[in-house]
Amino acid sequence: MPILTSPPSESALVAEQFDDIEQQRDAAKLGMWIFLASEVLFFGGLFLSYTIYRFTYGHVFMETSRRLDVVLGGTNTAVLLVSSLLMAFAVRAAQLDQRRALVRLLLGTALLGCVFMSIKMVEYHKDYVEHLVPGTHFEWTGADPSNAELFFWIYFAMTGLHAIHVTVGIGVLLVLALLASRGKFSGGNYNAIEIGGLYWHFVDVVWVFLFPLLYLVGHR
Amino acid sequence: MKSATEVDLQTEGQMARTHYLNVDLGVKSWLLTTDHKRIGILYLCTILIFFVIASVAAALMRLELLTPQGDLVTSETYNKLFTVHGVLMVWFFLIPSIPAVLGNFVLPMMIGARDVAFPKLNLFSWYLFVAGGALALWSLIRGGVDTGWTFYTPYSTTYANSHVISMAAGVFVAGFSSIITGMNFMTTTHQMRAPGLTWFRLPLFVWSLYATSLILVLATPVLAITLALMSVERFWGVGIFDPKLGGDPVLFQHLFWFYSHPAVYIMILPGMGVISELITCFSRKQIFGYGFVAAASMAIAILGFVVWGHHMFVSSQSVYAGMVFSILSFLVAIPSAIKVFNWTATLHKGSISFQTPMLYALGFIGLFTIGGMTGLFLATLAVDVHVHDSYFVIAHFHYIMVGGMVMAFMGGLHYWWPKITGRLYPEFAGKLAAMITFIGFNLTFFPQFILGYLGMPRRYHAYPPEFQLFNVLSTAGASILGIGYLLPLIYFLWSLKFGRLAGPNPWRATGLEWQTASPPLKHNFKETPIVTGKPYAYSAQEDADLNLATV
Repeated sequence: MPILTSPPSESALVAEQFDDIEQQRDAAKLGMWIFLASEVLFFGGLFLSYTIYRFTYGHVFMETSRRLDVVLGGTNTAVLLVSSLLMAFAVRAAQLDQRRALVRLLLGTALLGCVFMSIKMVEYHKDYVEHLVPGTHFEWTGADPSNAELFFWIYFAMTGLHAIHVTVGIGVLLVLALLASRGKFSGGNYNAIEIGGLYWHFVDVVWVFLFPLLYLVGHR
Repeated sequence: MKSATEVDLQTEGQMARTHYLNVDLGVKSWLLTTDHKRIGILYLCTILIFFVIASVAAALMRLELLTPQGDLVTSETYNKLFTVHGVLMVWFFLIPSIPAVLGNFVLPMMIGARDVAFPKLNLFSWYLFVAGGALALWSLIRGGVDTGWTFYTPYSTTYANSHVISMAAGVFVAGFSSIITGMNFMTTTHQMRAPGLTWFRLPLFVWSLYATSLILVLATPVLAITLALMSVERFWGVGIFDPKLGGDPVLFQHLFWFYSHPAVYIMILPGMGVISELITCFSRKQIFGYGFVAAASMAIAILGFVVWGHHMFVSSQSVYAGMVFSILSFLVAIPSAIKVFNWTATLHKGSISFQTPMLYALGFIGLFTIGGMTGLFLATLAVDVHVHDSYFVIAHFHYIMVGGMVMAFMGGLHYWWPKITGRLYPEFAGKLAAMITFIGFNLTFFPQFILGYLGMPRRYHAYPPEFQLFNVLSTAGASILGIGYLLPLIYFLWSLKFGRLAGPNPWRATGLEWQTASPPLKHNFKETPIVTGKPYAYSAQEDADLNLATV
């Protein structure tokens, strides 16, 4: 990583509580990592519940999992992984001070986030039509309908919480793209891009766990 | 610790012309401030409101329990009273008390920084806290919640007819304020230490705040997701704790206590940090076994994550799990005892002066020891089955939370009051209040150990007549305790205008926060201090006339 040393422009970028831009950058990154650790525990409650019920009702979970659309889920996995790649390029563009590339890459990442959400909505609609949404509307013809309902409750809770995170991420990316187009991140001040990127990668990684646990457990 | 650059210390009796309190004036300058010192004061005023409301609920409960019959309030109202008392005291007073008030105020100064790492987020966390508190108050005004602070399912999800969701939402929002504070403190401690201030030169209060922050960051999100799942289940009608679907209500208890047991250490670790500052300062001695006291904070924080099952010994949890949780809970006693022994050893042959903060600190050591020892009774499987859900448990955790944390908070508030306001509180009134608090506290809660052991269950508004004597003693004690809390409120306010000027370092303490003016400048120090030695270098600093200026 190139360390930029141009004192006059640099001092304007350093907030008053910090001594220099490096301290500011390290603090921002550490803060984000701590926040992500907190996020892991936030999702952790759901992963624990999933684990316990999968252990208890393993055969039901296998069966219900087959009702989820692996093609749509798989496509979404690919979409998010590519978006993460674009985000990584965006961070690099910010480091190299390439403003136009940065804006385009951020917008590309956000666009893929929107594609992910659209596919997710199509899936949710399909689930609704097929009476897979827990509650009075729920219908299940196989064995153990109540345990199947539990699986779908967890499915909606986990993917729903993830979808909220994706939506927040898209918002963050759009704001970053707007600021980038105004040249806010030039001259080594790319902190916000880096920590925004960390958040986006986190959202991606959560999905990498959700996809096999929810969609693939029923397939051999 | 000595700073290389001698901040031009005001002579006693003069206040610096500009400081953080008068650098900007007006409501807006407070509501938009990013100064950690002002944010600490914002927190102080806010938690005071919740403390008063929750205390009124406690007073009503004690009044009800004066007589065996349930005559003052109905059982339903009584349920709502103990719920609001628990929710407000735990999440809106105790958890933010020392970290968000005293921690915010002194942590950056103790490490020689100009502010925390993320001042805007710091202000945002206060707004989140206020929003969470507003939601909690709104549920209270609409009629309250009767689930108890633990929100156990399936009562909370299915059967309770009260405003569970809005109350849980309030706790949820306030939780994110805790997470941000923890994240901010950890980053600040890692990144913003003054030159020469290595980890093992940090004041012990900083260590304890670091350990607390670790818990805030890693445990609070689990509470957030748990309360969210509970609320969605209540709203939606089905959910993952619902036995109708094959869900397990005990899973809720596991998740809840995975947060709430570590939360107990959020409510004691910062207090222990304050006590380390007070004991060293008022016995004019280096802390005994610095490394052990610092490591004990981290050990308590880490062990705290693996003992939650001791709240569930009678919950149908497997007996083997119970045995493991019992042993792990005993282990927490080791670092806790290290602290108590090391404070006591620090006192040994010290030049002790009984100023108000010291009285609170000594009270803390005694009361915390009783609270901790009775915790061992409760960690013992067989004994817990006998006293579970009885007043023994109530007395035990009040000895930790009120006898421990609130005493430490009051001690710390008295100790740093001259730094916060630039003025001294009246010492005689302070000592009086500390004594009254100590006596009132013991009279309130010691009889509850006996009540619980005799079999009086918690959370009932009526009881058999043979328990009346101890209940009367407890209610009488609560009245005395109330005076003990009211007095400081009065003389602190009085001291704002009429208190004697404190000068930069009225206690002749060694921390960096005492090397700047009182009240401090907006960015704390004129020049960043450089640290060259260990903290608590009291014996070295002492000069010929040792006697602490009687204030």
